[in-house]
Amino acid sequence: MIKVKINGQEQSWDGDPDLPLLWFLRDEAGLTGTKFGCGQALCGACTVIIDGEAVRSCQTLVGDVITPVRTIDGLADDTSLHPIQQAWIDEQVAQCGYCQAGQIMSAVALLEANPRPTDDDIDAAMTGNLCRCGTYPRIRAAIHRAAGQLAGA
Amino acid sequence: MSTLGTVTRRSFLFGAIALTGGVAFGYYRYATPPENPLEKDLGAGEATFNPYLKISSDNRITIIAPRAEMGQGSYTTLAALLAEELDVTLDQVTIEHGPASAAYYNAAAMREGAPLPQFDDGLVAESLRGALGVVAKLVSIQFTGGSSSMIDHFDKLRHAGAAAREALKAAAAARWNVATYSLEANAGVVTDPASGRSATYGELALEAAPLSAKVEARLKPRSDWTILGKPQPRKDMLAKVTGAPIFGVDVDLPDMLYATVRMNPSPGGRVRSFDGNAARSMPGVEQVIAIDSPYGQGVAVIADNTWRAFKAIEAITVEWEMGPIPASTTEMEALHTAALDGTDSFSLRTLGDPDLVFADAARENLVEAEYDVPFLSHATMEPMNATALVTDTDVEVWAPNQGPTIIQYAAARITGFEHDKIKVHTTFLGGGFGRRIEPDYADYAIRIAQRMKGRPIKLVWTREEDMTHGPYRPMAKSRYKAVLDQNGKPKAVIGSVASPSVIASALGRYFPGLPVGGPDNSLLDGAYNQPYAIENYRIDGRKVDLAVPVGFWRSVGYSFNTFTHESFIDEIAHAGGHDPLALRRELLAAHPAALGVIDKVADMSAWSTPLPKGQARGIAFALSFGTWVAEVVEVADRNGAIEVTKVFCAADPGIVLDPLNFKAQMMSGIVYGLSAAIGQEITFTDGVVQQSNFHDYDALRISQCPAISVELLENSERMGGAGEPGTPPIMPALANAIFAITGKRHRRLPLSHEVPFV
Repeated sequence: MIKVKINGQEQSWDGDPDLPLLWFLRDEAGLTGTKFGCGQALCGACTVIIDGEAVRSCQTLVGDVITPVRTIDGLADDTSLHPIQQAWIDEQVAQCGYCQAGQIMSAVALLEANPRPTDDDIDAAMTGNLCRCGTYPRIRAAIHRAAGQLAGA
Repeated sequence: MSTLGTVTRRSFLFGAIALTGGVAFGYYRYATPPENPLEKDLGAGEATFNPYLKISSDNRITIIAPRAEMGQGSYTTLAALLAEELDVTLDQVTIEHGPASAAYYNAAAMREGAPLPQFDDGLVAESLRGALGVVAKLVSIQFTGGSSSMIDHFDKLRHAGAAAREALKAAAAARWNVATYSLEANAGVVTDPASGRSATYGELALEAAPLSAKVEARLKPRSDWTILGKPQPRKDMLAKVTGAPIFGVDVDLPDMLYATVRMNPSPGGRVRSFDGNAARSMPGVEQVIAIDSPYGQGVAVIADNTWRAFKAIEAITVEWEMGPIPASTTEMEALHTAALDGTDSFSLRTLGDPDLVFADAARENLVEAEYDVPFLSHATMEPMNATALVTDTDVEVWAPNQGPTIIQYAAARITGFEHDKIKVHTTFLGGGFGRRIEPDYADYAIRIAQRMKGRPIKLVWTREEDMTHGPYRPMAKSRYKAVLDQNGKPKAVIGSVASPSVIASALGRYFPGLPVGGPDNSLLDGAYNQPYAIENYRIDGRKVDLAVPVGFWRSVGYSFNTFTHESFIDEIAHAGGHDPLALRRELLAAHPAALGVIDKVADMSAWSTPLPKGQARGIAFALSFGTWVAEVVEVADRNGAIEVTKVFCAADPGIVLDPLNFKAQMMSGIVYGLSAAIGQEITFTDGVVQQSNFHDYDALRISQCPAISVELLENSERMGGAGEPGTPPIMPALANAIFAITGKRHRRLPLSHEVPFV
């Protein structure tokens, strides 16, 4: 029996340990915020946070996960959005929205490690997250906005 | 063909209604469509006023936005059209896509489909008849495409809102025994200023709904708009930043099973044989089946989760037959060359006598060029998927799709059920770009669900399956030649475009068995219909039948013809010794909207101020989907590699309904076009597509994304679209900028074959 802690809740799985975390989240744990895009860690749609790192859950086997996992589904608390989610709303970032869960999780990991990222820092951290709607200019603006708000808080 | 007969008859009916409902000014009576699809699913206390509005006694106001929300923001702006006239705020309403229904047919896309330049009000009757025969088949088909959602609904939804508002006032007037005109409606409440009485729309809804076909209403003048014309927060934003289950892949139904398919990677090829025994014995696998559909032959696995289906399908060995297509891109290109060398062609508009001018032209006054563009995949972020439930009596489909009634046709063909037994739920779409008008993924899901009657099946394609099966944007090869006069200005231009026909290919898939012939204006869009004043001018088209499925890819024919045509205009300018912006300005002088966007983009980019060494600009212009657009790209040489540093865009759609969203759409179109121009292509070897995932079919990343500024103008007299017009000019503007910096003209996309990019 594999036990995984996701967004603070322990979940268990008694099936294949080589099941990618992505599909455990989506099909078994009912947490569909994390998206399937490419299955090869090329697009970033499935990004979650493990040990403070932005990780592609499509290439992470559920049996290998030993520390807690954070996903988009648990980012807001009961009463308020995460400041990065709020910045995404303030900048009206999303279009189709499909990549945005992954974009937001990559941005969370970036800002937790580097509270005042430069444009180059943003490029380096976010370049693995593909967006076909072309929301990049607003993603950049939202990260700067959230950085300013987190620093001021 | 009987169902299609019905469609055609209906289309005339709806055409008549569109006329009565199409009066933009003055009082009018709301012309109720013969069938309001909301009527049959009303809950207790719910009333429907027309196909776009439901109000319940507990004051829930639901607006139907009957177009796919695939990122373009139509969900919010369509609702804004109705809310503006209904006098409610966007905070007070919920928005639904609504059911698949002929009531939501797309009229604007049909008008756009007419083979007429958008700047030309005179009709070329013969070619119009020829092409309308094709386009009429699309009538009363509900689909999202052609940048048509706002144009199509600008009047329809405002009238729907205004008529409902007046009906609500009339119901209050009857209740209070006062005159309707003495009442006021505001923020969902009808008030009688004389007595101070008031009632919410919800309280009045059941009495008001039957009155909506009887009242007379007048649309607000633009100066009274409080919602339209102003940036509105997107109503789907919260769901999209919290990971809410709104997409097709997120559909979750009781007792649901999961499936995936592997279809013949060679278009049109059959399955000779397959061995599914290994797959059948894998954990969680319920069934391994063959799929035989008009869209392909292949195999499917049904399992208890998606991953197990993915694993099992890899364990199936299949012997594929190659499809009836040329084996390689090289062979396909040779067929394009043969088409250009041949004489079989059509043209939709000829000015002057270009052949005569060429016959007399001196060699030194000629400019000639040949251009090539590749097949392209849409590569939506959300892979193709659909969920289907088939029982003995009906079919239900949940799908991120751009054509719900097209799915109904597919479901009817497969199951034999009547359309009223086929329910299509349109979820949010993780990107569309034209790919999701296709019914293939829904067709497969229904076929799989038939094998598991009573249990919903969620079919999800792998990215590899998505990338290796079109329908693709077609490849094209074009030849252009021009004669310059003594001032270096173009006296005559002849262009020839060879490409597979999107209309023939797509209609053949949507309505299998339907013969589709004749000219396809989408093959020439972006070339024959541009407003340049060139005295002697002709563009001809040559259809190349490769049997590779091709479809609608963001901006369709403009996506390749604007690249070639605007590259060639640039070549003419340089050959004649003219500034490329100044020459365009001169040739477009008769069109104020064109001059407006050219002058604006010149301003924005400081065109007349030279850039430092190692930097350069390029410009391109296009009139597409009713919107006039000029774009300037700035590039910089970074140690021999090109960086796209800035993009300036000026666009004129006549009326801007939401400036923030419109600008986002232009930006989106620019990034989508840059991705294609720089690095994307689909190629064939041994009859099979070579690209499979984002490692060999990548798109622009944030680190490559230029700074983009967009300005909007409202000089045009017609309303234009938003979703596509940003894409066409960006590809030639980039190639023209690269010419300006390197002196080398690139005539083949993607540019990365010949140019290193940062």
